[in-house]
Amino acid sequence: MSLLFHSRTLLPGAVLTLLFTAAALISLVWVPYDTTVVDIANRMKPPSWLHPFGTDQFGRDILSMIMVGARTSIAVALVAVGIGMAVGVPLGLAAAARKGGLMDEIIMRANDLVFAFPSLLIAVMITAVFGASALNAIIAIGIFNIPVFARLTRGAALSLWNREYILAARVAGKGSARISLEHILPNVANLLIVQGTIQFSLGILAEAGLSYVGLGAQPPTASWGRMLADSQTMISLAPHLALFPGLAILLTVLGLNLLGDGLRDSLDPKLRRART
Amino acid sequence: MSRSETGLLSIQDLSLSIHGLPILKNVSMDVAPGRILGVIGESGSGKSITAFSVLQLLPGGASCTGSITLSGKDILSLSEAELCGLRGRDVGMVFQEPMTALNPLKTIGDQVAETILIHERVSKAEAMVRAADALRRAELPQERFPLSRYPHELSGGQRQRVVIAMAIALRPKLLIADEPTTALDVTTQAQILDLLKRLVAEGGMGLVLISHDLAVVADLADDLVIMRQGEVVESGPAKALFGNLQHPYSRALLEASAHVPERRQEVLDLPLLQVREVVRDYTGHTHGWWGKTTQFRAVDGVSFEIRKGESLGLVGESGCGKSTLTRAILGLEEVQGGEILFDGLPVFTHHHANQIVRRRMQVVFQDPYGSFNPRWKVDRLITEPFHLLANPPKGAERDRAIAEALESVGLSAADAQKYIHEFSGGQRQRIAIARALIIKPDLIILDEAVSALDVSVRAQVLDLLADLAGRFGLTYLFISHDLSVVRSITDRVLVMKSGKIVEEGPTNTVFDRPSHPYTQQLVAAAPVLPAGIA
Amino acid sequence: MLQYFLKRLLSLGLSLVAASVVIFLALEVVPGDPASYMLGLNAQEDTLAALRQELGLGGSLFERYATWAGGLLVGDFGTSYTYRTPVAGMIADRLWVSLPLALYALVLSTLIAFPAGIWAASRRGSHADGAVMGVTQLGIAIPNFWFAMLMVLVFAINLRWFSAGGFPGWDAGFFVALKALTLPAIALALPQASILTRVMRSSLLDTLGEDFIRTARAKGLSKGQALWRHAVRNALIPVLTILGLQFSFLLAGAIIIENVFFLPGLGRLVFQSISARDLIVVESVVMLLVFAVIVVNFTVDMAYAWVDPRLRRRR
Repeated sequence: MSLLFHSRTLLPGAVLTLLFTAAALISLVWVPYDTTVVDIANRMKPPSWLHPFGTDQFGRDILSMIMVGARTSIAVALVAVGIGMAVGVPLGLAAAARKGGLMDEIIMRANDLVFAFPSLLIAVMITAVFGASALNAIIAIGIFNIPVFARLTRGAALSLWNREYILAARVAGKGSARISLEHILPNVANLLIVQGTIQFSLGILAEAGLSYVGLGAQPPTASWGRMLADSQTMISLAPHLALFPGLAILLTVLGLNLLGDGLRDSLDPKLRRART
Repeated sequence: MSRSETGLLSIQDLSLSIHGLPILKNVSMDVAPGRILGVIGESGSGKSITAFSVLQLLPGGASCTGSITLSGKDILSLSEAELCGLRGRDVGMVFQEPMTALNPLKTIGDQVAETILIHERVSKAEAMVRAADALRRAELPQERFPLSRYPHELSGGQRQRVVIAMAIALRPKLLIADEPTTALDVTTQAQILDLLKRLVAEGGMGLVLISHDLAVVADLADDLVIMRQGEVVESGPAKALFGNLQHPYSRALLEASAHVPERRQEVLDLPLLQVREVVRDYTGHTHGWWGKTTQFRAVDGVSFEIRKGESLGLVGESGCGKSTLTRAILGLEEVQGGEILFDGLPVFTHHHANQIVRRRMQVVFQDPYGSFNPRWKVDRLITEPFHLLANPPKGAERDRAIAEALESVGLSAADAQKYIHEFSGGQRQRIAIARALIIKPDLIILDEAVSALDVSVRAQVLDLLADLAGRFGLTYLFISHDLSVVRSITDRVLVMKSGKIVEEGPTNTVFDRPSHPYTQQLVAAAPVLPAGIA
Repeated sequence: MLQYFLKRLLSLGLSLVAASVVIFLALEVVPGDPASYMLGLNAQEDTLAALRQELGLGGSLFERYATWAGGLLVGDFGTSYTYRTPVAGMIADRLWVSLPLALYALVLSTLIAFPAGIWAASRRGSHADGAVMGVTQLGIAIPNFWFAMLMVLVFAINLRWFSAGGFPGWDAGFFVALKALTLPAIALALPQASILTRVMRSSLLDTLGEDFIRTARAKGLSKGQALWRHAVRNALIPVLTILGLQFSFLLAGAIIIENVFFLPGLGRLVFQSISARDLIVVESVVMLLVFAVIVVNFTVDMAYAWVDPRLRRRR
């Protein structure tokens, strides 16, 4: 485990990530103030001891809103990455196992096609048809993640398929599905974990963007993007309304990116060998 | 050695460390104009880093003490700008890997002319004329290899000639060649070595030729330096030195290079593997999926037999179809014509590999690093072929099989719980052999199995193979580009070229009296140790 | 070269057809039929019938696709139901805001990223490199619409250097219009420039470790000469890929940023159409943006061939 501390970015990344994950988890059982109760008497209060981040235009506690918003952001991004991995990784493995075959061609062309639809456009289409919801955001970001993981997996798997240990496994009579599971997947896992944290952070950003323009989570579900959208007209009167949700997004994304970089440095066997 | 005053390059007491880790210890060597200094050593001997220290192209954190003098100039005291003026003009360098040594985005003309443009104030046009001349001297005539060619349009040997042309464009006083032919086929190697020799003879240039291959250097060098673990073990004029090696390491190295394992094995007059008129075509999609296809015949009507207990060699250069043939025999790829029978049974039936046959064949590959899944422990690695068995051994029986396999290749049963990165190259190759042995096959295909190993380790592995063949009654198909290895361990040999077997016969007969022109060419090109010393 | 070009062109055409089918089918799955969806629950029977007629809902799925795609080919995007004007004209007006904005951002991002990436790579491990890496780390993590809001707060509301939003139109003069697009373009460019800088840096570092750089150094090139003459062009290959991808992010990002600055671009149009349930406009804008992404990817493929002779060669 001492290996984990070789990277300078891993620790701060892990701390930030844990902080926001903890905030989201705690909000499930306890928040400082109920975020569904409107308290007009206390509206737009600047930060104080009672409300460390101040209150919004309905008198709701911003710290509590950010804790609940963390839940939305993390849930949406996590499920979206899950969709991307669950669909993309098997596709990538299958494409690599049949390199140059019709299967490979279809998977890769389908990937290219999905890549032509930025997740925001997918969200626009879904919203236009089904109306806005947090589910839209999950589906839109999830679909966009599929080709990301499919390509990454295929590329990494292809270079592994040229290794002699794969040939040895074939000599041992193993089929391509079994080889993909036993030999390829464990050896691309590191790469997937690293990309997973990066896509997770991109997912948080995308979710914030979607809910900012009203294509994501709808009221009364608290979300960081919506909080920013609501604060926009009051930004000159009460800058703290915009400051804290924005910082929350920035720090969460930063934490995940640092974590991803740190994991890459620690897990990359090339770098590890250079050190020992 | 006191030629340093009249010499071209003199390295005296050079010590080098990288981030405090000592790499070279008191290395001394001299090169005189018009002479060839051979530097020999196994991996980790420090031979390449010595060469790079002459140009001061060292990794970050490196520091040198001692002296390096080139025509009276003290290299270690030169500034970076002065070094830039020296590199390429006074000292040229040729590297091991021609496939990556050239910039893929620039023409060969531009790259050779750059050497001239960087050092002299001449017009681009004049530099190009001189680049053409340099390429011609490196035997790439303009009619066939115009300046406008890109590296990807050339073969490995041709690219190495471009690198040589870059190095000699300004007629440097010293040329350093770091394993210049290691990545090349044997016939190409002979041509490149000839070229280097001729360039030295023509221009009075000094040459430092670095190699792991004693035979390559012995053919060419006037003087020799033998290195081990960052130190010079022995040095002197080649002829005198070869006849009278003093240091035990140099003698062991020489013996290992010429090693012939002792083999006691009975060859039965029963065919184990029969290959009949095998044809393997590849269909290429040159223009993607919709484009037209091209046919390439990798194996073209190949027939041969291996008898039980025999060791059959298969030699040929890269691209001759050896690997394709191997995959066909192993049942990994179906053939388009002919048949392959193992003990009378077809390897392929109804488009499926025949499991009964498959479990009686195993293979050992070349790369001791790429042959194992880095995430598995040795026990899981070597028991992978159990997948071929209907009832693979379990529990104590499995442990016994693992221990037996590991012990038979000279490792211990306790090694089963280690990961592959804990082993050296030679040990890994032993593990690869253990993996092949574990299901007690009749035939083991050795696909360049010792080619990546240092000579001393190679000798040990060859001994092991000879020993195992006797103990377990194994039959070998020994595939290699290295004629001396094939000669030392096989009874009969096949020579393959462009998908066809061009010559076949008892190993000694084929190598001593080759009848096919290609075999003659191969045998003539293979570097050999000077007679009488091995 | 010609073969490569034709092959890419064919793939471009197929991608466009596939994308149009996807978009068409996506909007076919609307609950009920598009007409009743667009008019809502309280629609009159006869207006509904009229709209069905107008949308050509009587025909088969294939007929409707053929009509729609055929229209696209000749620049007929249909008529907006809410505005009763041709969609093509509406899009053309908005495009004059969105396209310059995306290009402006792309130029900014490239102008920042290339020098910064090369500078950081050539001073690997130094404080300068560390600073570039730190700033880009922040640039990637910052949500661009929030950054845009902060810029409005500082530069428009407090310092009054820029207006807080809106677009005077190109008729107001090139520089006036450009000024109105400057804050949005910076907001869009910041994350992209950060990503591009990091890609440029790491690609350059990879290239600097290649054997041919060592060859160049052995010829007598200094570190700087080896970097500029041999490394930069080789390092551009992965950078081009990212640049192509970025254009689609810029277009998509523009949809959000236009909302921060109240710019009358495609983004505003999309949201207005979504709330007005004007599917025809949504469909057309999405198709247009996807078309742009596919064409940019085609351009990137062409740029590869320009950089890399291995692709240029006729095999």
